[in-house]
Amino acid sequence: MVWVNDIIQGILVGGLYALFACGLSLMFGVMKVINLAHGDLAIIGGYIAVGVIAVTHIPVLWSFVIVVPLMAVLGYVLQRSVIQAALDRSILTTLLVTFGLSVVIENALLEFVNANSHSLGVNDAIITSSFSIGSQISIAYLLLLIFVVAVVVLTGLQYFLSRSRYGRMIRAVADDREAAQLSGIDYRHVFGIAAAIAFATVALAGIAYGMYSQFSPTTGTDTILLFAFAAVVIGGLGSLWGTLLGGVVLGVSQAIGAQISGSDEFLAGYIVFLAVLVLRPQGLIARKATS
Amino acid sequence: MSEQGPSEPKGRGDAWTEERGTSDTPRAPKGAARSGLSDTPREPKGAAPSGLSDTPREPKGAAPSGLTSDEGARREDGASRAPGGEREDTAPGGEREDTAPGGEREDTAPILEVRELTVHHGQLQALDHVSLRVFPGEVYAIIGANGAGKSTLLRTIAGLHQPTEGSIRYDGQDVTRVRPERRAISGIGMVPEGRRLFGSLTVEENLQVGATYARKGPWTIERVYELFSWMKDRRAQRTEQLSGGEQQSVAIGRALVANPRVLLLDELSLGLAPVVVQRIYGMLPEILATGLTVLLVEQDVSQALRVASHLQCLLEGRTTLEGKPSEVTPEQVEVAYFGLRTPVGEGSEEP
Repeated sequence: MVWVNDIIQGILVGGLYALFACGLSLMFGVMKVINLAHGDLAIIGGYIAVGVIAVTHIPVLWSFVIVVPLMAVLGYVLQRSVIQAALDRSILTTLLVTFGLSVVIENALLEFVNANSHSLGVNDAIITSSFSIGSQISIAYLLLLIFVVAVVVLTGLQYFLSRSRYGRMIRAVADDREAAQLSGIDYRHVFGIAAAIAFATVALAGIAYGMYSQFSPTTGTDTILLFAFAAVVIGGLGSLWGTLLGGVVLGVSQAIGAQISGSDEFLAGYIVFLAVLVLRPQGLIARKATS
Repeated sequence: MSEQGPSEPKGRGDAWTEERGTSDTPRAPKGAARSGLSDTPREPKGAAPSGLSDTPREPKGAAPSGLTSDEGARREDGASRAPGGEREDTAPGGEREDTAPGGEREDTAPILEVRELTVHHGQLQALDHVSLRVFPGEVYAIIGANGAGKSTLLRTIAGLHQPTEGSIRYDGQDVTRVRPERRAISGIGMVPEGRRLFGSLTVEENLQVGATYARKGPWTIERVYELFSWMKDRRAQRTEQLSGGEQQSVAIGRALVANPRVLLLDELSLGLAPVVVQRIYGMLPEILATGLTVLLVEQDVSQALRVASHLQCLLEGRTTLEGKPSEVTPEQVEVAYFGLRTPVGEGSEEP
């Protein structure tokens, strides 16, 4: 029964990891940008939520209404300016530029906020309460909510990509941006839209993490980015369902590792990550971000 | 390049008449086919800029006959082209840039005009002051060996390369610095070399992407399905699963649904079996009947001669021959194509 509980907890945390990872996966799938500032941007989302809640006193769960659009706009602007400029030079340059962005964000946060940890809505009932199934299994509402949000986001994204006009344009540009230009599509704008979507999911990841745990300026790189990478690699780069699967596999292996020995939690996750890299480098589900 | 006027076969206008004359003799329907192809520009005259909207009317009738007989007609054409003598009314000395005497189509403005285009790929000069003028309704073929700069020329016209020198005018507007997607929306369509389909998208999605910013016009996805009858049944298939010829058809359809006024075709024959190439080029009259102007690049000279109403040969980035297929001799083409010796006679240029 203990194991069943571990697996359930692992699956639920996997939803959070999938939320971390889907923006990273989308940006790689569409514009081949590996965004090393991904985690820091999630943390920015968290800090914006802290600020928004302090100023407007809206319930923590509703903070996304403001944070998500703000981050989406930031995503579009960053993509059309800094990231596009890097892309025009080479793919490798985007690695350097996003790494630089990561360093800048971290240090700016240390400078202008502080190094203390923050978290979101610690006193809200929904965040702290849970329900039990039997005597051994206890499920936190928050984790369940995050998991549901992750599934909804991934399903919505999948639907958007496969059915909508813009989704079709995004997939076309991901396949061949020059051919897309010949059809009248401005790929830079489409990249901007894709980045806006990715950043919107990043904002959700930041808020979710702020409610689930606590963050400081360095959390973005040392936790969120690493877990996002692990989830993406396990699941398969560019595949959205793979991302959910990757998050869940990572979450479950961490939970099982923690059960074996408290200090093995993260180790177990990375062992699975390495095993996938060695045995199935294309990921568990190898497909493009497209259908 | 444009200075070589005097030695160049100029007046494009009257060639239609000639061609009809020569080809009519051996086979009756041919004249119809030919005129179906090439008559179009005549009509719009002054109306050239709005050409798209009014073009479809005239060719209608001519197209069907063109379709049925075009294979034979073209081949004949290619064969009878060699003598090339019978053009009294063309003015060999007509100037390139201005209207040639006696030509009807000079009354119309060129829909596409490239002046002194020079393009570099890094240090390498791919095009050296190439000029051309394409008139509405024309099938303008650019031939040349590998590396002659043909594809570079088309890609530069589409906006995918920036020229170091020269200008590109489309429909009277200078588009030299216009982004490729804006050019596409304004009516310059292109079927790129190697198809370049969206491989993870289905056939239908490829066409839908092509139609995203479609202009008004006769082409719709349904119409493309009519043109390529196999396509509708397989519209849900991913294009990466199609054969080369099928992919080429989808690529053509993707360009057509945008209703371009000028269609750039880059090496349609590349990597395809001769039979498939024939079939695809066989579609051309039907496509032209909707009022398109075609600028095509082709390595396969005989194929180009068969369909072209005007011909230009590139060698190492320069124009070595220009004229109507009926005016140039195979020897001239050979020389211009391979650059073996100094070209002689009309259509020659200092190499």
